Amino acid sequence: MADGPVAEALLRRLEAGDGGLDSAELAAELGVEHQAVVGAVKSLQALGEIIEAELRSTKHWELTSEGQEIDREGSHEARVFHSVPPEGLPQSELMRLPSGKVGFSKAMSNKWIRVDKSAADGPRVFRAVDSVEDEVQRRLQLVRSGQAEKLGEKERSELKKRKLLTEVTLKTYWVSKGSAFSTSISKQEAELTPEMISNGSWRDRPFKSYNFSARGVLPDSGHLHPLLKVRTQFRQIFLEMGFTEMPTDNFIESSFWNFDALFQPQQHPARDQHDTFFLKDPAEALQLPMDYVHRVKRIHSHGGYGSQGYKYNWKLEEARKNLLRTHTTAASARALYRLAQKKPFTPAKYFSIDRVFRNETLDATHLAEFHQIEGVVADHGLTLGHLMGVLREFFTKLGITQLRFKPAYNPYTEPSMEVFSYHQGLKKWVEVGNSGVFRPEMLLPMGLPEKVSVIAWGLSLERPTMIKYNINNIRELVGHKVNLQMVYNSPLCRLDVEQGSPQTQETR
Amino acid sequence: MPTVSVKRDLLFQALGRTYTDEEFDELCFEFGLELDEITSEKEIISKEQGNEKAEGASDVILYKIDVPANRYDLLCLEGLVRGLQVFKERIKAPVYKRVMPNGEIQKLIVTEETAKIRPYAVAAVLRNIKFTKDRYDSFIELQEKLHQNICRKRALVAIGTHDLDTLSGPFTYTAKRPSDIKFKPLNKTKEYTACELMNIYKTDNHLKHYLHIIENKPLYPIIYDSNGVVLSMPPIINGNHSKITVNTRNVFIECTGTDFTKAKIVLDIIVTMFSEYCENQFTVEAAEVVFPNGKSHTFPELTYRKEMVRAELINKKVGIRETPENIAKLLTRMFLKSEVIGDGNQIEIEIPPTRADVIHACDIVEDAAIAYGYNNIQMALPKTYTIANQCSQEDIADKLGLDISATNAVHISNPKTAEFQVARTTLLPGILKTIAANRKMPLPLKLFEISDIVVKDSSRDVGARNYRHLCAVYYNKNPGFEIIHGLLDRIMQLLDVPPGEKKRGYMIKTSEGPAFFPGRCAEVFARGQSIGKLGVLHPDVITKFELNMPCSALEINIEPFL
Repeated sequence: MADGPVAEALLRRLEAGDGGLDSAELAAELGVEHQAVVGAVKSLQALGEIIEAELRSTKHWELTSEGQEIDREGSHEARVFHSVPPEGLPQSELMRLPSGKVGFSKAMSNKWIRVDKSAADGPRVFRAVDSVEDEVQRRLQLVRSGQAEKLGEKERSELKKRKLLTEVTLKTYWVSKGSAFSTSISKQEAELTPEMISNGSWRDRPFKSYNFSARGVLPDSGHLHPLLKVRTQFRQIFLEMGFTEMPTDNFIESSFWNFDALFQPQQHPARDQHDTFFLKDPAEALQLPMDYVHRVKRIHSHGGYGSQGYKYNWKLEEARKNLLRTHTTAASARALYRLAQKKPFTPAKYFSIDRVFRNETLDATHLAEFHQIEGVVADHGLTLGHLMGVLREFFTKLGITQLRFKPAYNPYTEPSMEVFSYHQGLKKWVEVGNSGVFRPEMLLPMGLPEKVSVIAWGLSLERPTMIKYNINNIRELVGHKVNLQMVYNSPLCRLDVEQGSPQTQETR
Repeated sequence: MPTVSVKRDLLFQALGRTYTDEEFDELCFEFGLELDEITSEKEIISKEQGNEKAEGASDVILYKIDVPANRYDLLCLEGLVRGLQVFKERIKAPVYKRVMPNGEIQKLIVTEETAKIRPYAVAAVLRNIKFTKDRYDSFIELQEKLHQNICRKRALVAIGTHDLDTLSGPFTYTAKRPSDIKFKPLNKTKEYTACELMNIYKTDNHLKHYLHIIENKPLYPIIYDSNGVVLSMPPIINGNHSKITVNTRNVFIECTGTDFTKAKIVLDIIVTMFSEYCENQFTVEAAEVVFPNGKSHTFPELTYRKEMVRAELINKKVGIRETPENIAKLLTRMFLKSEVIGDGNQIEIEIPPTRADVIHACDIVEDAAIAYGYNNIQMALPKTYTIANQCSQEDIADKLGLDISATNAVHISNPKTAEFQVARTTLLPGILKTIAANRKMPLPLKLFEISDIVVKDSSRDVGARNYRHLCAVYYNKNPGFEIIHGLLDRIMQLLDVPPGEKKRGYMIKTSEGPAFFPGRCAEVFARGQSIGKLGVLHPDVITKFELNMPCSALEINIEPFL
C-alpha cells in the first residue's frame, strides 16, 4: 500500500506545499474514502521518519437521512402547508400524505393551518396564512453547507432532538514532512530471506522494524511439577555430599521394620489406628528375618546391650501387621540391617526422598501422604558434633545458615535434636528438621559393631516446596486438584538462592 | 508431645524469680521444652465458644508448655519446677523415700478373676498431705495427663485416688459380672449397676472413650474395701464414697493395668510429684499388694538404679572434652546425681525413680549434652569417606513376567476417605482427575506422571511391592494416538531400546482393554515382556471422569529400564 496511488499523491502534495495537510481534506480533494488516506498515512509511518502524522479529532454536525430529506424537500410542516389548496382539504386525505401525521401537528402549532370541524364531509383543513418561511429547512441547509456554527446552541439541540442533526467525531491526521522525507519510497521487507542473502539484495532493502514490546512465542515445552524440581535439588545436594540413595520402593511395610526394628514399643501411640494406615489385604508380612526378630523381641521385652528395655510382653503378631509406611526410616532400618550383614563393617552415607503415609487430620498444610527427605551416616566414633556439622553443611547448601539445636524426644534416636533456623521474614526461629543418633537398642540387634554410631536427620519435601513457590494450600501442590497453570509458571528451583525456610511436617 | 498448662505467676513463685516471656522461652528451648502458647482460660473459652461464653472466666495468664513424650516427671507444675530448679542448680534433687507405716500396712488383695482382664495392680499412700485449690487441681490434672500419655488412654494403666480416711482396708481387687456390680459412682447421687453405668457414660464426652476397654468382657474389674465399699471400677470411674477433696489428708492411690512396668512407673510419678506436700516431705507410705499366687509386693518401688559410664564415652559420643568432674556436674543438673569414682574416669550415675526414660547409657549421654548446651558443642564434619551412588534397582529384572495390569490391589483397613481404600495400581485415573480439575486450561493438555504403584506380590516379605510406572495422557479435540505413540517411540529411543521383535527391542500389538476404545488399543512389549498398554480411551471412561474430548493414553512399567 505504501506505493499505492494515495500514498504517492500524499507525498507529492507534501513535497509541493509548505507545512502539512489534513487527511480529511486530502480525501475530499482526491475523491477517495477518508479511510484510504488513513491507511496510506499508517503505512508511510511504518517506514520510519518519512512523514510525521499527528492525530486530531474534530467534531462537526451532519444531517441525518431524515435531515437530508428535509434539506431537499422542505420540512414536514411546510410540505403539509403546501399540499393544502386554497379551498381546503379533508383532514383524512391530508393524513394519508407521507408527511401528513408529523407535519399536521407542527403546522397546527405554527398556526399555518386551521381545521373546520363543521364541514359537511368531515373535518376539513384550510390554510391559515398566505405563505410560510420554512425555518427548519433553512437551518438544515446552513448545516449542510458547513455553517453549523451560525446556528445557536438551542436551535441545534432542537434539531438534534428531532433526529435531523447528529454530531460526529472525525479522526484525521495532520500530516507533515518527516526527518527522512522522500517521495521515492520502496516497500519494506518483513524478514530476511535466503534469496536476499544469496543475491545480496538485503544491502539495498529497508526492513520493517520489530515491535520489541510484544511478547515472544513460547517454545513448545513440557513442565516439571515443583515437587520434582525441589526433589532434584535435594538429591543433588546429597550426591554432592557423597550420600548413596537407598532403595525405598516399598510403600507397604511390616510393623516390624516400620516400628519394632526402630525400638519403638508396641504400645506407642504412633502404632494406633488413628495415626497409621494398616492393611486389610495383605494384612500380615509373610516373612521376617527370624534370628533378628528374636533379638528385637529380647531388647523390647527384657533389655540387653546395656539397656533396660521396655519390659513388656512383645508380640510377634503385632510386628507382622502390614501398614503403609509412616516414615522412610523403615527403609533406613532395612539399609542399616543389610550394612550390618557385610563384614567387615564399611562406613556408609545414605539418603532417600520418598513418599510416606499418615492418618493425619487433613488441612491446608497436612495430607495423608507426603514425601520425607532423610539422610543417614554410619561410621565409627560419630559424635553429636558431627551430626551438627553435617546438618550445617546440608542446610548451608539449602541457603539456610542460621541454625540452632533444641533437645527433643524421638523414640529411636538418643540424643535427639530438632533443627531450627532463623526466618528473616517471620522474624522468629522455625523448625526445619529433626535429627538424632540412632539408639544402640536399634543398631546392636542388627549386628552393627558396638563402636559404630549412626546419625540421621529428616525433613519433609512439601514444606520447603510450598515456601519456595509461595503455595499456601497443599492441595494445590499435591493430588489431582493441582493447579496446572501454577505448574506451567513455576520457575526452576535453586534452593541456595533467596532463603526459603523448609519445615518438617511434624515427625514423631 | 503432651502439653502442660501452668499458671505463670504460680510457676514464677515456685521458681523463686520472674522471667520475661522471651527469657522463659529461651530457658525452655535450652532444656528441651517448648513454650507453645501464652494464654488464659478466658482467651481459650472465647476462642472456642465465643466472647460471650468467656465472660467472667479467669484471665490469669497460663503458659502452655510442650513436654517431651518420655518425660512423665515434667507433666505437672511441681515436676517442671523441680526439674528447672535442679537444672539451674538452685536446689538439690530431693531423695524420695518409701516408709513403713506406724500401724498396719494398707493391703490390696488381687484375686485371680482379674487375670483375664486387667491383671496388675500397685498401690501407695500419701500420708498427711496438705492440698490447696491449686495443688489439688494439679494433682487431678497430672492423673489426666498420665492417663492420656503413658497409660495410653487408660488402656495400659488406670489411676484411682481415694480419701483413705473414708475407707477401711484391706482392699480387694477382683472382677465380677457387670450385673453384680452396683455402687454410687463419682459425682452421682444414687447407685447404678455397672451395666447401667456403661449406658449412661455412652453419652459422656469424657468417659465414653474408655468404655471399649472393658465393654465386651464378661467380667469387669472392681475394687472394694473391707466393708464392701466400691473404691473404683477401673478403668472407667471411681466410687463417690472415697472421693478426695481439698481437705483430704490421707490419699490411697491404686493403679491397675495390663502393663506392670508402666503401672509401677505411673505410681512412682504420682507419689514423687505430690509427696512434696506431705508432712514428711518426699516420703511415701508403702502399701502391700498380694497377687493371686500368694506372693506379696510392696509399693511404690521408688527404685534408685546405679549406672556406670566412663567419662570418655560421653565425651566421645557428644564430641566434647570435659573432665569427669564436670560431666558429673552436668548430669547432676539433669536430676541424675553423679560422682566420679574408681580410676577417676568412671562416673557413677544414680537414676531416680522419676527418670524411667533413662534406660541406656545413650540417655545419659543426651542429658550430659543438654546440660552442656547443644549449641555450645563444636561442630565437625565426619571423616566418613564414601562414594555416592544413585539408586540402582538391580534385583528387578527377574520379576518381569508379571501381568502388571491384573488388579491385585492392596487394601487399607482404616481408610480415611472413600477414594483412598486401596493403594493405587495404576496412574491413569489420577491424571484424568487432574485434567478434570483443570478443564479451563487451553488444549491440548499433555500430562505425564512417573510414580510408584503397589500390587500384591507373595514373593515379597510383606506380600506386596511397588512398581515404577510411567503414564502419559494426550487430551485434545482429536484423539492424537500418533502423539502418544510417538512419545513411546521417543522414550524407547532414549532408553536405547530399538524397534522390532528382536530380543532387546520393543513393539506394539493389537490388544484390548476395558479402558480403551475397541480397535484402538495396543499392548507394549519390550525385551520380550509385556510392559503396558497405549491407545485411545473409551468414551465411557472419558465421560466417567467428567471429560468431553477424545483422549489417548500410555501407561507402562518402566522397571525393566531402570
